[in-house]
Order: sequence, then structure tokens, then C-alpha cells
Amino acid sequence: MSNTFSLDGAEVPFAPGQTVMQAALTAGHYIPHLCYHPEFKPHGSCKLCTVKINGRTAASCTMPAEAGLEIESDIDELNDLRRRLVQMLFAEGNHFCPSCEKSGNCVLQALGYDLEVHAAGFRHQFPDRPVDASHPDILLDLNRCVLCELCVHASSEVDGKNVFGFSGRGITKHLIVNSESGKLADTDIALTDKAMQVCPVGVILPKRVGFSQPIGQRRYDQRPISAQALDDAPRPSTGASHD
Amino acid sequence: MVADANVRMAELDQILERRDRDPGDLLQILREIQELRGYIDPATVTYLASQLGIPRARIEGVAGFYSFLHLQPHGEYRVLFSDNITDRMLGNQQLLEVMCHQLWLQPGKVSEDGLVSIDMTSCTGMCDQGPAMLVNGRAITRLTLQRVQEITHLIRNRTPMADWSADFFRVEDNVRRSGPILDNKLAPGEALRIGLNIGGTAIVEEVKKSGLRGRGGAGFPTGLKWEACRNASGTIKHVVCNADEGEPGTFKDRVLLTRQADMVFEGMTLCAQAIGAQHGYLYLRGEYRYLLEPLQEVLQRRRDSNLLGKSILGQAGFDFDIEIHLGAGAYICGEESALIESLEGERGIPRNRPPFPVTHGYMQQPTAVDNVETFCSAALAIQMGADAFRAIGTEKSSGSKLISVSGDCPRPGIYEYPFGVSVREVLQDCGAVNTRAVQVSGPSGICVAEHEFHRKLGFEDLPTAGAFMVFDDSRDMFEVARNFVQFFAHESCGFCTPCRVGTSMLKQTMNKIADGHGTQHDLREVEHLDHVLQTTSHCGLGRTACNPVLHTLRHFRPAYENRLKSLDFEPGFDLDGALERARQMTGRDDAGAHLNTEEA
Ligand SMILES: Cc1cc2nc3c(=O)[nH]c(=O)nc-3n(C[C@H](O)[C@H](O)[C@H](O)COP(=O)(O)O)c2cc1C
Ligand code: SF4
Ligand code: SF4
Ligand code: FES
Repeated sequence: MSNTFSLDGAEVPFAPGQTVMQAALTAGHYIPHLCYHPEFKPHGSCKLCTVKINGRTAASCTMPAEAGLEIESDIDELNDLRRRLVQMLFAEGNHFCPSCEKSGNCVLQALGYDLEVHAAGFRHQFPDRPVDASHPDILLDLNRCVLCELCVHASSEVDGKNVFGFSGRGITKHLIVNSESGKLADTDIALTDKAMQVCPVGVILPKRVGFSQPIGQRRYDQRPISAQALDDAPRPSTGASHD
Repeated sequence: MVADANVRMAELDQILERRDRDPGDLLQILREIQELRGYIDPATVTYLASQLGIPRARIEGVAGFYSFLHLQPHGEYRVLFSDNITDRMLGNQQLLEVMCHQLWLQPGKVSEDGLVSIDMTSCTGMCDQGPAMLVNGRAITRLTLQRVQEITHLIRNRTPMADWSADFFRVEDNVRRSGPILDNKLAPGEALRIGLNIGGTAIVEEVKKSGLRGRGGAGFPTGLKWEACRNASGTIKHVVCNADEGEPGTFKDRVLLTRQADMVFEGMTLCAQAIGAQHGYLYLRGEYRYLLEPLQEVLQRRRDSNLLGKSILGQAGFDFDIEIHLGAGAYICGEESALIESLEGERGIPRNRPPFPVTHGYMQQPTAVDNVETFCSAALAIQMGADAFRAIGTEKSSGSKLISVSGDCPRPGIYEYPFGVSVREVLQDCGAVNTRAVQVSGPSGICVAEHEFHRKLGFEDLPTAGAFMVFDDSRDMFEVARNFVQFFAHESCGFCTPCRVGTSMLKQTMNKIADGHGTQHDLREVEHLDHVLQTTSHCGLGRTACNPVLHTLRHFRPAYENRLKSLDFEPGFDLDGALERARQMTGRDDAGAHLNTEEA
């Protein structure tokens, strides 16, 4: 642990193989993130974790930590960029928070509050996206998908199934499921899958458990995501290195 | 019917057999099925999944990524008009309308009898002989109203494309000015023999000394790249030639592959010797499908002359061969790490860097990716010697550069110059008059206005991958920028938030301005959007996507302001536009079917 870099003035130690994000979270420093999940290899698509490293911007979740880096994260310029990225994600999909089962537990919504996103910012696209209710136990509401890839990785790497994938490109990129009919009912997904737990927004939902926990008492109702994310981060004692 | 099904199955199995049922060849397999059948149906996807041992979602994902692969029937004849700004300036939109009208068809839709579909596609690399199109993947150039009518007729009569007049498919080289590369009479193996004499380390040193920098855009010193790859640990290494040439307005690689294919392969083989690689790949853009067979013949000839294969030129242990992979309509696959993903049969998504391809490239093994012209230049540097090569061009930009000239000039085509030539000299040589602006290095490059025509092409001043699109004073530079913005939105891979959403937003803003609903607020928003894209995008596509607007705003602001409403803000929602569907359904387009939004 002789290696350190500087993050907003604080010295942050890192283990070999860790990325800037992993080291920061482990050491108790929050950098906003959406597509990064401590249990999976970072892939760097949402770009909310963008920081300035020696003056140049880079995604902190994928950038390998190096001794002596000078990193800025909690500065106005970067928080403004993050606000705009959150606005883009809201504008890209259809997010009607008051009627969403995920409200209060949703990472996108929590990031919006924490980063103080007060306005729409961009023209909302109101895309025509399907809801797949074919499965007896599971609902898939693609209106809310932010294309973070976590369900894809969880299903293939943990569940050993490949239930999810992506098709299309650019603004038409979209989540698909692994069946000839294109329906979730015809895949081998199960309620106990890891893929059921990782969606940061309200796309993959178990049926018939709607609003069992009242709004107001949910995860990010109690603590802002900046505090919650640190609680979730692996501590040095529990083994900090991921690769 | 059963016999039919058996034949279809046998065809499919033949393709799979040829490709060893290797999932890494997924893109090539899909491309061959597409070529055979016109589309890839769901049952075939399921069968492929079982045969290749991969999830069908992966197959659907790959097929859904590339523009030239279809998961639904797309017509027996699939017509795609090239939609670069240079095609537009030559009237491609009117030609598309005429063809759609004659075939009773809407753009992007398949005719009811399943005969034909007509749509636009990104620049097909024929800007010097546009307007151009692809029919079932075959390039057709020099379109006129008459040619379009002839093609319509052939399609209506279901004439097999093999019976179409060869003149449709003729592609000219249009070499207008040649230099050390295009004039080169290198005998196959000549540079390679020099390489064998001096050895791998010396090749790297010679290329370093020549000052050669990559011709694909970024200008990375080629010798340093080869050195890093040579020093990278690993016994299996790869050489990749980037022939994706997707930047609108660029077509010099097409001409090099037509005229100097031996020189390209010679450069690749030298690179293989320098870095110790066994495998080479030429990634050829799908638009240049017609070059596949001629290039394969050149490769075979080189194998027969022992310039490829085992113990090249008798040198024990020097084993190297080259395969050609075809792209399928995705500009992003020109980005080197996306190209490698595509070579591996995946969606073309740029990778995270570091690590870089020189250490973790194809199959995570050390890989040197270089542009077609870079390999030619490397062969030249070895052939003539580093000092002689250095003597061409300028201090920091040694050698010569092929420029693809198109747009408003009487002599479009390929011009080879020593680096350091000014924009004005090129304009004079191609006969351009009343030039308003030149787009150097394509949409992601630089828009140069008249007061800057003294500027020189080269890494010191105006770096360029080769595109040189000329616009005279009759052209509306706003429309030029709008075309480029549409291109980026269409070609964004969709991986990262800023580019996926931002390019689409930018396109909408440009359309809003074009429709007369833009305001000063929108222009300011473009600058904000640019900041987000430049600083947070994952790759160069997103980072440069706002350039066309920023550059044209800087030089030609009135072209935008003339279109603005006086209001400072207007909502993006267009009430009259929302009635468009109702108008289409009722077949009305008269004044009464429109809201007069100007007065409302
Ligand atoms: C969006 C994008 C598209 C690109 N397209 C091409 C291309 O079509 N051909 C090419 O040679 N390089 C292209 N490049 C550059 C490659 O990433 C890479 O730098 C180049 O192949 C390296 O070869 P060189 O050093 O010989 O130039 C592209 C880069 C980006 C970001
Ligand atoms: S469904 Fe959820 S987990 Fe999967 S990509 Fe979309 S937002 Fe991410
Ligand atoms: S910048 Fe655009 S093309 Fe590049 S990775 Fe992001 S979405 Fe894909
Ligand atoms: S958290 Fe780093 S890119 Fe999404």
C-alpha cells in the first residue's frame, strides 16, 4: 500500500490492479457513478464518473490507478458535466418517477437529487419502447433502461445464462433478451438470478411486490446516494481488489 | 418444399463449414448469409446459435449493429444511395425521390411485393464519381436520371444483377497527380528482400528514422508503434491493415487497394517481420466489397511467389499470411479498437484504453493497426531508404500524402503531394473557382474558409487523413454542417451516454434550425453540448461530433442566423410537425392541413 494518488487534495492509497474509482470508494471517497458496480468489471459507458487526471478528463471507473496522479472530481466543472449527463439519460428514456416502482430505490433518480438536477435541460425524446409482461413473475419495462450493461454482465458472469444483450446502435441501441420470440417468458431467467438485483433503475422488476416498501422509507429516501455508495463499497478488510 | 429447405440448410452448413464454426467469424458468417439470402431470419439466428455455441442474443446484437445486415426481409433488391454532402450537391435526393416515386415506395420501407427497398447510407467512398449507390452491396457510380431509370427498369423486371451492364459498376481511379507512392513500380518482394537483409530491428529503426507518421488521422509515429509492438511480450502477434476508410469524403485507400495492392501487402509483411507477427488482417469496409476478389488474387499470387506463407523468401521461421475481413456498414469500425472487436466478430464498440492494441489487441495479443497508406509509405521508406523518404515533405511531416478531392471542382480525384502543400495550391490544381470553404479531413476534421487558404496540409498546421471537400460560393454551409451532424448521429455506436444521446440531440437542433424554428438559445446550447461531448465521450467520434457546427458557426454565422426566429427561445415541440402523420394518413398536404405556426 505504498502507492497513492491525490483526489481533490486527499491522498488515496491503491492496490495494484485497482482503478481510480475502486481505490477511491475503498478509501471512503465518493465519485458519482451509475454503470459501475463493485461486483463487476468496470466497462465505462455512462461517463458520470468522469474526473480530471493531470488536467485531462477520463472515466475514473476504468482508469487504472497510478502513483502520483493528480485527480480532481468534486469541482463545479465536472459536476456540471455530470448534471448534463443525468439530464441526457432522463431525456433519452421515459421516466415517470411518481408511478415507478423503483422510485426511492433508483440510482438515476438518486443521482438527480444528489447532483441537484433541477431542470429537464434537454428535449425529452419520448421514445416508443415496449413493456414485456410475458413472464409470469418478472416485468421488463424498457422505458426506463439506461443501457448500463449490468444485467448483461450479471446474467452471463454470475448466473451463467446470457438472458440479456444489446442490439441496434446509436440512439436506437436497446436491450434484447435471449429468445427467438424476443419475449422474456421464453428465456431461462429466474427470480433468484443476480440479473434480477443489479438494475439501477426500474426495468427488471419482480411482479406482485409493488410498493411493498412505502415511498419515503426507501434506500435513497433515507440517505443520499453519495453516502449510501460508500456504505456499499468493499472495505479493505473484506478484500478490496477487483479485476 | 422439403427439398428447398434441405438446399437452404446445406448452403448454411457450407458457410459454417468454411468458417470452421468459429464464433470469432460471426460477422463474416452473417455477412455471407446476408449476401446469399438478403436477410437473416430468426430461425437462422437460432440455428447459428446452436452451431456456434453462443447465445442468440449475441448474434442478434451483432446483426443489429451493422447497417448492411438485416434481421427482417429487406427486399430482393436493396438500394442504398450514398448520402455524403458531395452526393447531395450532385442531386442524390432528387434521384432517390424519382426512384421511390417510380417504384411506388417510401424511403426506408420495403415494397409490398417484397421486391425492393430504397434508403440512404453514409458516404460510400465514391465522392469523385457521385452520386453513388449500393445495390445489394455492389457499388454503382456516376448516377444520372437516366441511369436511375435504367436501374429501376432492371429491378422491376427482376433482372439478376449478374446480367446488369458492367458499366454501372465501373469505378474510376481518377488519379490526377501522382508521386512516389502512386508512381511506384515496386516489384513484389523488393522491399521485403531489403528488410530480410537488414533484419527486424533495423526495419523499426529505419521507419523511425524516416519520420513516418500514421496516415489514418491521428498521426502517431509508425516506427514507435512498431517498436512497442516488437517489444510487447507474447509470441503470437498480429498486423492489421485499417481499410475501413469511413470518413466521408475520403477514397484514397480505395485507389491504393486498386492500384498498389502489392505495396500495401508488402508494407504489412515488413511490419510482420519487424514486430514478429504471424497473422495479418485487412479490414475492408463493406462498401468496397467489389475489391474482395481482386485483392484475394493478389494475395494468392504473393503466396505462390513465397512472399506470404511459410518461410517467406526462404527465411526459416518467417511465417506470415494475410486474411481479408469485410465490414458491414459501420464507420466506428475504423477506430482501431472497435475494428479489433469487429475482427473478433463482435459489435464494433471501442475498447477502454489503456491497455492499447500494441500490447492487448486482437485476441488480447500484441497488434499493430495501421492505415492502408501508412503501410504503402513504410514500404516506400524501406525501399528508398529513410533519408530519401525524409527529404520529401516537411520537417515534421515527411513523405507524401494522398488527398481525396471532391465537391465543387472540375477535376475531382486523387492527388499525391509532398506534405506542406497549401490549400490554395490544391484548389488551383483541381480547377476550383469561387471557393467558399474546404472541409479538410472529413466531418471530424477542419472547415477552412477563404482567408485561411494559405494554410498547409501537414502535421504542423492542417493534419489530414486525406479528405478535401470543396464548397463554392453557391453552397450553404449550414446544410454542409447539418449533413455531417446527421452522419455522426447515424454512426454513433451508442456505447457512451454523451455521444449516444448528444449526437441525436445535435441532429434535432440542426433540423429545428433548418425548419425555421431555431433561436439564439439553440446556438448557445450547441456550445454546451460540445463541451459535454468533447470532455466525456469515450472515443474520437463523440469528441469531434460538434466540430462541423462549431467551425461553420465561426466562419459562416449568417448561414445560421438567417434561419433563426427572432425569439430567444422556442420549444422543441413542433405543433405542425405533430400533424404530419395525420396528413400522411389522409393524403393531404394543402394549406388547410397545416397550422400556420409563423402567425400562431
Ligand atoms: C471514429 C474514428 C474512425 C476512424 N476511422 C479510420 C479509418 O477509417 N481508417 C483509418 O485508417 N483510421 C481510422 N481511424 C484512426 C484509427 O483509430 C487509428 O488511429 C489508425 O488506424 C492508426 O493507423 P495509422 O497510425 O497508420 O494512422 C479512426 C478513428 C476514429 C476515432
Ligand atoms: S435493464 Fe437495467 S441493468 Fe439492464 S441495461 Fe437496462 S438499466 Fe442497465
Ligand atoms: S463516443 Fe460515440 S462512437 Fe465513441 S464509444 Fe461513445 S457512443 Fe460509441
Ligand atoms: S461509472 Fe464510470 S462510466 Fe459509468
